[in-house]
Amino acid sequence: MQTISIDKNKLEVTALKVREHIIKMSTDGGCFVGASLSAADLIVYLYSEFLNVNANNLNDPNRDYLFLSKGHDVPALYGTFAELGLLEKDRLKNHLSTSDHIYWHPNTKIPGIEFHSGSLGHLPSVAIGVAMDIKIKGGTNKVVCIMGDGELNEGTCWEAVLVANAYKLDNLLFVIDRNHFQANMATEDLIPLEPLHDKFTAFGAAVKRIDGHSFEALHEAFSAYPFETGKLNVVIADTVRGKGLPSIERRADRWFCNFNATEVEDLLKELHGEHLTQLTSETLVVR
Amino acid sequence: MTYEELLTEIALTDERFIVMTAENRALVRNIPGKLGNRFIDTGITEQTMIGAAAGLALRGRIPVVHALASFLTMRAFEFVRTDAGIPNLPVKLSSFIPGFLSDGNGPTHQAIEDISLMRGIPNMTVFAPADEQDLVEMLPQIWHHPTPSYVRINIRKTEYQHSPFEWGKAEVIAEGDDVTILTYGLLFEQALIAVEILKNEGLSVGLVNMRSLKPVDEHAIIQATRNSKLTVTLEDHFLTGGLYSIVAETLLKHSLTANVLPFALNEKWFKPSLLPNVLQHEGFTGKQIAEKILGYKTRFVQPGISTMQFSE
Repeated sequence: MQTISIDKNKLEVTALKVREHIIKMSTDGGCFVGASLSAADLIVYLYSEFLNVNANNLNDPNRDYLFLSKGHDVPALYGTFAELGLLEKDRLKNHLSTSDHIYWHPNTKIPGIEFHSGSLGHLPSVAIGVAMDIKIKGGTNKVVCIMGDGELNEGTCWEAVLVANAYKLDNLLFVIDRNHFQANMATEDLIPLEPLHDKFTAFGAAVKRIDGHSFEALHEAFSAYPFETGKLNVVIADTVRGKGLPSIERRADRWFCNFNATEVEDLLKELHGEHLTQLTSETLVVR
Repeated sequence: MTYEELLTEIALTDERFIVMTAENRALVRNIPGKLGNRFIDTGITEQTMIGAAAGLALRGRIPVVHALASFLTMRAFEFVRTDAGIPNLPVKLSSFIPGFLSDGNGPTHQAIEDISLMRGIPNMTVFAPADEQDLVEMLPQIWHHPTPSYVRINIRKTEYQHSPFEWGKAEVIAEGDDVTILTYGLLFEQALIAVEILKNEGLSVGLVNMRSLKPVDEHAIIQATRNSKLTVTLEDHFLTGGLYSIVAETLLKHSLTANVLPFALNEKWFKPSLLPNVLQHEGFTGKQIAEKILGYKTRFVQPGISTMQFSE
């Protein structure tokens, strides 16, 4: 496939707005802000450039599918939906309200969400089922499953890679948000994953490892789809937990955050490069 | 005393104890530094953690294992049943955010069939304390008992002074002629409020904190149904398999029947939100419980319900 140039500026503007939405959802009960900020560019890129999904084809069996398996990053998905016209922006204010369906994990009451998640290591296999049916029907739609790196602790992720390899699912892409942290600590300090590229290759996948915050790198990688005929596609996107907010970036204790109103205001300014925020809210509020 | 303080104290004085977690450190934040290699974090691998706990128990250890309730009881279910249940090994399950305590997480995290699943395993014992004081009162006996155990961890603070825990016994708070509420876990807090309203309305009201669901205090259940015109079962669990089922099984076993009103989740998951909103939305505040029992509204003002702050 030939690489078509992308409007990098437009993607960056969208991603910035998505990050604003995420920050605004990280109060009054909070959300998994770090995991959402690491996946934001990835999700914006996929919906803007790679996936054939829009407000008019959500029930079309020939649409592309995206499964958000890590789940904690759903504020990034809702922010992207809001910016791309799949979700009314006002509804983001209903986060955690019993009057809406916007809470800490994805659910299908929000149009555009293909499957609920929150229990890790489930959607790789659900995505396999969808990809299998597309193969049986001779379809050309693509199936993407975004997984967290911590999620790769769960054995079912690796079962899924084995099965995808056995059934030569080259219409399936596993995208790893490699932000190098799981809930409490750095992945390499708890259950080491590296060399991750080699692990997936040894399991039979065609693997690309890229900077998950570079739209050029994302575009170059995804433009090469399908990476190899008959092989599961894996993209390891190296990212930064908390990307865009230096005061929480790469901090093990800033996973789930419930910021106060002043902090949210300051963090929005920090996102635009103004200053570092003095955070006083409790760290590692755990849900 | 907090859960973590108790666990630390017991583990430091008894070399057999191993503290394990599937990367859920909220309850054991300060333990790694104190326990050294007797603290084991297996990462997000609930099944492997339970299998490893069984292996440790084979070697004479008492593993106290931690994970979110839904993953501990459901993802690892077969490992619990097969690796701890069949050999009757003392694997001690500490389940975090069970029932309504998973507040805004959504159905994936709602463990509201955990009592049903765990009590179905031969050898397993099952407990649901009312608050952190009750929890700390119960745990030493549970952890030193030779069977596997499942405990719904509840670290909500309370002013209530619980009586000492007796193995297999419920805590009978009050007896009443008109209504007796049987409950367990965090809803005890709301049951106390409901009892106050019902008494204000002139009813004679009993209250039982079940504490142990397996072994269950059959005598307390039968007494409640004999003493009161109405027995209420109150639980953050599916209607199937929890306390309502336990009461039904107990009565049937003794060829009895009773007028029972269940408060439970009937064929549905609950609306995800912060805990006070969940209780209000699902009709489980003390005021809502009392008014459903009475069949009319009262002027009583529901006291505030604290939100959960877990500091991991």
